[in-house]
Amino acid sequence: MVLTLVEHEDGEVDDVSLQTLALARDVAEQSGESLDAIAFGSDAEAIAEAVGAHGVETLQIVDDDALADYAPEAYGRAVAQCAEELGTEAVIAPGTDRGAETLAHAAAKLDVTMAAEVTAVEVGDAYELTRQRWGGTLIEHSKLTADTNVLTVAANEVSASETDGGAAAVEAFAPDVDDGDLRVRLAEVEESDVEGVPLGEARVVVSGGRGTDGDFSELEELVERVPNAALGSSRAAVNEGWRPHDDQIGQTGAKIAPEIYIPCGISGAVQHMVGCKGAENILAINTDPEAAIIQKADYAVIADLHEVAPAIAEELEARGHAE
Amino acid sequence: MSTKELPSHAGTVIIGAGIVGSSLAGELAERGRDDILLIDKGPLSDPGGSTGHASNFIFPVEHSKDMTKLTSDSRDIYRDFGVFTNSGGIEVARTDERMAELKRRVVSAKSFGEDAELLTPEEVEELVPYVNTDIIKGGFYSKGAGTCDPLRAGELYRQQAQEKGALSTAANTMVEDLRVEDGEIQAVETDKGTVEADEVIIAAGLWSPKIADMAGVDIPLTPAVHQMVSVGPVERFEDGEGEINYPVIRDMDTQMYERQHGNDIEVGSYEHRPILWDVDDVPSIAESPLSPTQPPLTEDAFEPSMEHALEIIPDVLDDPDAGVRHSIDGLLSVTPDGHPLLGPIPEVDGLWSCAAIWIKEAPAIAREVSKWMTKGHPDIDIVAHDHVARFDEYGETQEFVKSRAHEGYQKIYGIVHPREQWQSTRPLRTSAFYNRQEDLDAEFFEAGGWERPRWFESNADLVDTYEDQIEDLRRPNEWDSRWWSPIVLGEHLHLRNNVGMIGDTGFGIFDIIGSDAEENMERLCVASMDIAVDDAVYTPILAPNAGFVADLTVARLGKNHYRVITGGAHAGQDRTWFGKHLEGDAELIGRSSELCTLGVWGPKAEALMDSISEEPMTADSFDFAEMKDVTINGVTAKALRISYVGEFGWEIYAPMDRGQRLWDTIYEAGQEFDIRPVGTGVYGETGRMEKGYRLMGAELEMDYNPAEAGLTFHGVKDADFIGKEAYAAAIDGENAATLCTLSVTDHAPDGGEPRFMTGGEPVLDENGDVLIDEEGRRSYVTSAGTGPSVGKHLLLSYLPREYAEEGEQLQVEYFGQQYPVEVEVAGNGGVFDPNNDRLFRNEY
Amino acid sequence: MEILTAIKRVPETGAKVSLTDDKLDIDTTSLGFTFSPHEECAVEEGVQLVEEHGGNVTVLTLGEADATEQLRSAIAMGADDGILLDGGDDEWGPVGTSKAIADAVGESGTDFDLLLFGNESADTANHQVGVRVAEELGLPCITGIKELDVADGTATAKREVPGGSEVYEIDLPAVITVKEGLNEPRYPSMRAKMQARKASVAERTPEPHEGDLELVELEVPESDDSPAEVLGEGPEAAADVVDVLEDLEVV
Repeated sequence: MVLTLVEHEDGEVDDVSLQTLALARDVAEQSGESLDAIAFGSDAEAIAEAVGAHGVETLQIVDDDALADYAPEAYGRAVAQCAEELGTEAVIAPGTDRGAETLAHAAAKLDVTMAAEVTAVEVGDAYELTRQRWGGTLIEHSKLTADTNVLTVAANEVSASETDGGAAAVEAFAPDVDDGDLRVRLAEVEESDVEGVPLGEARVVVSGGRGTDGDFSELEELVERVPNAALGSSRAAVNEGWRPHDDQIGQTGAKIAPEIYIPCGISGAVQHMVGCKGAENILAINTDPEAAIIQKADYAVIADLHEVAPAIAEELEARGHAE
Repeated sequence: MSTKELPSHAGTVIIGAGIVGSSLAGELAERGRDDILLIDKGPLSDPGGSTGHASNFIFPVEHSKDMTKLTSDSRDIYRDFGVFTNSGGIEVARTDERMAELKRRVVSAKSFGEDAELLTPEEVEELVPYVNTDIIKGGFYSKGAGTCDPLRAGELYRQQAQEKGALSTAANTMVEDLRVEDGEIQAVETDKGTVEADEVIIAAGLWSPKIADMAGVDIPLTPAVHQMVSVGPVERFEDGEGEINYPVIRDMDTQMYERQHGNDIEVGSYEHRPILWDVDDVPSIAESPLSPTQPPLTEDAFEPSMEHALEIIPDVLDDPDAGVRHSIDGLLSVTPDGHPLLGPIPEVDGLWSCAAIWIKEAPAIAREVSKWMTKGHPDIDIVAHDHVARFDEYGETQEFVKSRAHEGYQKIYGIVHPREQWQSTRPLRTSAFYNRQEDLDAEFFEAGGWERPRWFESNADLVDTYEDQIEDLRRPNEWDSRWWSPIVLGEHLHLRNNVGMIGDTGFGIFDIIGSDAEENMERLCVASMDIAVDDAVYTPILAPNAGFVADLTVARLGKNHYRVITGGAHAGQDRTWFGKHLEGDAELIGRSSELCTLGVWGPKAEALMDSISEEPMTADSFDFAEMKDVTINGVTAKALRISYVGEFGWEIYAPMDRGQRLWDTIYEAGQEFDIRPVGTGVYGETGRMEKGYRLMGAELEMDYNPAEAGLTFHGVKDADFIGKEAYAAAIDGENAATLCTLSVTDHAPDGGEPRFMTGGEPVLDENGDVLIDEEGRRSYVTSAGTGPSVGKHLLLSYLPREYAEEGEQLQVEYFGQQYPVEVEVAGNGGVFDPNNDRLFRNEY
Repeated sequence: MEILTAIKRVPETGAKVSLTDDKLDIDTTSLGFTFSPHEECAVEEGVQLVEEHGGNVTVLTLGEADATEQLRSAIAMGADDGILLDGGDDEWGPVGTSKAIADAVGESGTDFDLLLFGNESADTANHQVGVRVAEELGLPCITGIKELDVADGTATAKREVPGGSEVYEIDLPAVITVKEGLNEPRYPSMRAKMQARKASVAERTPEPHEGDLELVELEVPESDDSPAEVLGEGPEAAADVVDVLEDLEVV
């Protein structure tokens, strides 16, 4: 049997858990085993149908007041006990903060290793794994041969897939947790209340370099029109005294990880690029089509930032995006 | 991304878009090249080479006229582009020895026209308050120093060329091969396609050897590490405007610099152990965390530098908020002698090198190379010392390049004596005489890779023999006597009194053969080449502007066969000049390694040689400048009656395999005539200086024409030759300056230790002002050497017309002190034996 | 407070990595080494806590002898002592690493109040060493922390989740693994760097343990070298830019 940890909230199964089920089902099929899931909470029964549709035969539900709030070690204890009690061949969890943490505890309690960030498993004498290193810039092929094969699935690397299966059978699993396992418990969840987005947290970062010639007014106006946006600059602009050092993106300045980064009039020196390598997308605005920044961008506009930035702001307003 | 297609043809392809390649693009466009393609494997404007991580400061004062000029011209170019900040710069001394060197810097600044002065520690503190003056003796203030932005300058240069419609760029384009056919460049092959090209310049910095190898040729340099860290933010710097508000500090004794850069202080070092890289290990752009030329700092190597930085600028480095924000092993290009590698590559027509250049000199070097390419010669002399061909035939192996680069690394901020010799990879080239010379305790100096005895310790007795004449010419000061011995003076006097044998002089020798040989030689030489077989002639070789390309001896061995004999240190340059200019049926064949040269000169030379030669070797049987076959104890050789020391005698060229027998025969037979082996200290210095013979690269260079150098004795021949028009005009016109021989009339005007100049010193009028001629050229000592036969220390210098008169009283400045000198000879001529009775008539 | 921070020496790579010929490792011929940003934050947090509460920060690493270089970097940031567990050239898996660290903590003779780890190593990303060390030592543990306060023997630790953060309270001693963003790691001063080079580092040889993954080979994934999509030239491209922003749901 292959046991999979499933995370859920408000009756919805988490996306990464659905992806995890797809990989777990593949493992189960290759091994000729059944696929079970384990979920925590009094409301876990609500997901029986959803996990059934992703191939789960039996859903083990842990409904224990002591575990009502997330408690990593206790959750890990529960998963380990469930795996031992059911005699599972493999325990698989989503590669989320909680999934990895819970499973690491479980693996330690089972005294086996845990393979993290797995993207594929080929079942033979051993589990032949494909997993990610270095945040995905390198792929590892390795073998896992433990009494129980414990692994987490890399987020957003495997596609979820539904089967025609009906709702999973539901069983209650009552773990034996003690106070020691409950030393760490979720105390509260704070809502974020950010005003004026810090560079490191902005979803959109617009920045200017030497191409601004010291005039950042158009870029400032653009940033004001976009929610969760912040304004940055290159080292050249800071050195010219056009912007404060806090605005500098790069090796000796801020490191950013926005959804989209929009460098304007910045040549794209490596020292700058290391500061924005966390950006999901880069849309470069530059007059020189050969500039390094254009090579490294996903999107490019060959234009003078002083012309195109106001045009973008106008277009946003025209489409009703004005803040 | 590039929407542009790579063109299939370009007139000029420049490989490398750093400051050198970009400057070349701008300068070549300025000089009429209108179809230039600039290729780089990296992006613009920082393609990832050394230009992108340099500290970008410019200290213009060097102990070399040409380098000082190239640096100050580059500064002017950066200034015109608006990317130069005149911060000034201070070299500080922690030791007395360095303080003396700083005085020498002031002298060079005066010679070559830069504003500079010595500072007391207190004056240093006034300018740069964060320097710890407790540990310094003083400073050298270069007021014209500053910082530049080479990436921006590169952009502006490219923009200039693009606005002329002369330039297209291909960034992110990897050169994969160079196509050469029949010794001529054909095309550049890249990952984006092939570009046919008429001429190709390799300006690829530390990747240049790799590109050169694609054409089967060598550009001898190696990547080496220069460590640099950046520390900040420093509170003291926060209120300043722009990137620099304090002079750059060079802490010379620790081979380090400290330079404000915005809120940071950049601390760079050449102190650490040399770390040389293989170019193949330099990572690609994609593999590099920062850039290919910025690998991470080797921490342990930087340890002493940190200590020294904390000693010199503790105030800024201990700023509580300042941390090491950036640290690299910056890669730069190092050559076997520290000079750039410029000019046409000898083996492949249309292929040029422009590599191993510092930021501080790049634009002006690019300008000079572009002149070389477009009009045949540069205006500043980058030929004599910077020609890529100077290592031709010997100095191109990795072992040689690396060992010399390793050794030379410490000289970057070192105190380098003008006569200082390299130590590594020696002996490399030895002549047939080498073992015998070693037995005689020769002190070897190196030229063009050849081991040449400078003097022989076995001649130490001559110092006693000639004590009376030598006494006042000994050099009590350690600096003056470094790489020197009074034995040279003894050898000199002995040769003038008896006979001396000098070998090997390490000549570059090559033949020009073919039915068009005479026509080619006529076109290249000032002297008429319509000479009889067996005759030889000394001739200048000129650039189109009548600047000196070479001076050498040409002998005619047959109707269609000439032999060219030139100085070893210039062999590669001269071969390249001839090779590139040959037309029709004329072939160049190298002979340097086949022939050894032995000079026998002095009053007893005739008696000695005639006694051992099968053919008569007498004044009557041999005309001056006649070259004939001789047979000496079974060795056939060619003997040429000529001399660079002003004595009667011959240069004898023997096959290398029989050279030792020739040496032994002359040495043994010579005992009866009291022969002594004599070193190049006599040949290249004392003998030459007494005769006023000019030296290529010292007196003979691009800045002065043959009329000024006093080398117009050939007149203007009928046949056309390169430089003829300018040469004829120079003869017709009035010289703005004249090359003169001067003597030092008081070596210790203030009492104390007598001093002996080594060359490079400024020549001053009675008020202490440097002499400047009407073309703005400053007078300085081009060569210095003692003349024991005349009992004087002699100097050569170009003097403005009004001062070029015998008996004129002037001064030279040496280590901050002024010494009276007198003009001995204005123009060509010897202080010793001015009528040449010895040389021409064997009259003793 | 006695604080232990654990770091791991890893190569400093560029956008592209090259492998050794046997494909078992990264070719580090032209690369330098560092430790990950998560661990830098761990060291910085330890140093800040000691600055506030007094005590000592001990930095520990398991790796080849050259990993001393990374210990020195951490000492330059303000850590007081270094311990090298000399594991030789072989890669140690999470089981072996955890047991070795737990053994070393036991043998150190120090009662650590707080053990700080990076959430996962930059290279092998096993996501478990901190947890396993806690399990070995019987200590409570929380992972992925981006905000940390310590007062009166209790740590308040926050972990980012969409729209806010989870708050945990843990009695010390405890193990906490942290993520980049927890703080802004300092650049060590030159004097601190120089002094760190002279600091002595304790060395131990850990016992190996079986039970980790068996590496078969590494592979460099096909990189996406696709050129930028040129949306247009001049201000006319504004509409296309806004299309992109809309697609990414950031406006």
